[in-house]
Amino acid sequence: MFDLERWQEIFDTIRKNKLRTFLTGLSVASGIFILVILLGFGQGMQNGIAKEFESDSATSIWIWTETTQKAHKGLNPGRQIQFRNEDYTTIVDKMDLTLDQKSAFYLPQNITTTYKDDALIYRVMGTTNGAQFLENQDMLEGRFITIKDESQVEKVAVISDKIQREAFTDVDNPVGEYIKISNIPFKIIGVYKDKAGEREENRIFIPITTAQKVFNGADKLDNLVFSSPPAANFDEAVQQSITLKTKIDTYLRQAHSIAPDDEGGIGINNQMENAKRFYALTGNIKLFFWFVGLCTIIAGVVGVSNIMLIVVKERTKEIGIRKALGAKPWSIIGMILHESVFVTAISGFTGLIFSMGLLELIGPNIEVDYIVNPSVDFNVAMSTVFLLVVAGAIAGFFPAWRAASIHTIDALRDE
Amino acid sequence: MIEIKNLHKSYKMGSNSLHVLKGINFSVEEGELVAIMGSSGSGKSTLLNILGMLDELDEGSYTLDGVPIKNLNETKAAQYRNKFLGFIFQSFNLINYKTAAENVALPLYYQKVGRKERHEKALKYLERVGLKEWATHLPSELSGGQKQRVAIARAMAAEPKVLLADEPTGALDSKTSYEVMDLIQKINDAGNTILIVTHEPDIADMCKRIVHLKDGVIVEDKKIEQVRASQYV
Repeated sequence: MFDLERWQEIFDTIRKNKLRTFLTGLSVASGIFILVILLGFGQGMQNGIAKEFESDSATSIWIWTETTQKAHKGLNPGRQIQFRNEDYTTIVDKMDLTLDQKSAFYLPQNITTTYKDDALIYRVMGTTNGAQFLENQDMLEGRFITIKDESQVEKVAVISDKIQREAFTDVDNPVGEYIKISNIPFKIIGVYKDKAGEREENRIFIPITTAQKVFNGADKLDNLVFSSPPAANFDEAVQQSITLKTKIDTYLRQAHSIAPDDEGGIGINNQMENAKRFYALTGNIKLFFWFVGLCTIIAGVVGVSNIMLIVVKERTKEIGIRKALGAKPWSIIGMILHESVFVTAISGFTGLIFSMGLLELIGPNIEVDYIVNPSVDFNVAMSTVFLLVVAGAIAGFFPAWRAASIHTIDALRDE
Repeated sequence: MIEIKNLHKSYKMGSNSLHVLKGINFSVEEGELVAIMGSSGSGKSTLLNILGMLDELDEGSYTLDGVPIKNLNETKAAQYRNKFLGFIFQSFNLINYKTAAENVALPLYYQKVGRKERHEKALKYLERVGLKEWATHLPSELSGGQKQRVAIARAMAAEPKVLLADEPTGALDSKTSYEVMDLIQKINDAGNTILIVTHEPDIADMCKRIVHLKDGVIVEDKKIEQVRASQYV
């Protein structure tokens, strides 16, 4: 490897066989290039899906009501289920559950919302203090609904960043302004921003007690939301979440006389289960990309070894001459091996630099759903190149060995 | 210099074997210029291949400069070839992507001579064959006679004990052949031992000794009065 004379001999050979060297290099460089780009996009998809699940707190369980589909305990199917405050307090206080955050929603119907003289076409939702965490919101101005707001039935409202930009153009800070909901004035106490983006920012929040009392809600609830405390790892979190879901589901079905196997009645969305599915999916996609990438590399290696075979064939006579002049078999093997390793290494790095440069350049600018900042781990890329060099050496060895073992006379006779 | 005793060699051709050399006894002194003659199939090329350690003998002994040549592995054979022998081929066998000087320097590369010294020596030997101005030319830019002179310079560059020439003029017209023979004679005059395989009588007459091979045995071995090639040039 460190024989200067050998290097000079190899550079001579490469310089005088540019096309051959270029073609060998191209197949290797494109193999690495494709692998790195694929791995980059695999990572990009994983990043993208991780971002999608930032929308609501990942460990949360959302519960809503539907009409039943099966008769149960003498009750007809098609019955609309309605949650009550009692359901919520029972789950929170009476059941032995480990809950991290909890909240409930009541959505008043047939109401109009105005600011000054403009109609606000946003959803009004009564909710509790816990909603802020469960919705994954940050406060830009003021505060969220507090427990005190709930207990004192305050007429206060929290609006979103988007609503501020669209409807409150006349004031710098909407906090302290009043909106009217069905002609009842509500004071704005805060502005939130949802991490999932603007599609989650079409809602105005008011205290749940106020919503029930002012808009004839009695003790009705539309949604229940709970989350389990953070777990040590992903699998544990999923398990915890599923246990919680099962317990709540069993209780609610019993309390509302819903058949255990009824697909209607209540709906439960477990974020963790969804997350697990998507994680498995991206894992599989990544595995697939690795597979495709490795196949590409194998194709590259086969290409290199194919070209080396042709090179050896083409140089049979030259090898014969060299042997007649006193080249030892190992010097022939070394020469061909050295050349193939050198060419694969240089072109592997070229492919690596190009692909990583491309990812670096366009990666952050890609704006496609489910793909965020495709990038590749430098160590992974380096070990791939290393692997390729080793493969190149193996690919070069067999033709070289064959070349060295051709009888000198036969090699000289080759035309 | 060369001592061969009772040399036998046969080739397996499928189920039957072909007995090519049938007991050759033959020796060459230092400074001789020997022509090995014979029609095709007489075994002259096989003899040269064995002398050149490109092929192995079946039976008998071969001693080169006091060194017994037997049971050589490839590595050892390569070493001996490099140290003892210079080859001149009918088809020149120059490496086509190397310049004349690089071709001449190649055996020195395998002797682990440094690059600079290799180049100097290559130029020195190219000068001796009268091709110093052509040092940077590729073989494709040279005429047949020039190519053979480059090949002779290459064979001499390693300063071998014996030069082995296999039909060195076989691919050349007669005028160029005589030029090449003139060069070979001059090299021989300087004290080098040279063996030439040929089937052309006029080329053989330019040597100092003719060994006639027929059907694998030496039928004639005579010293002759050398015809100088320079008179035809």
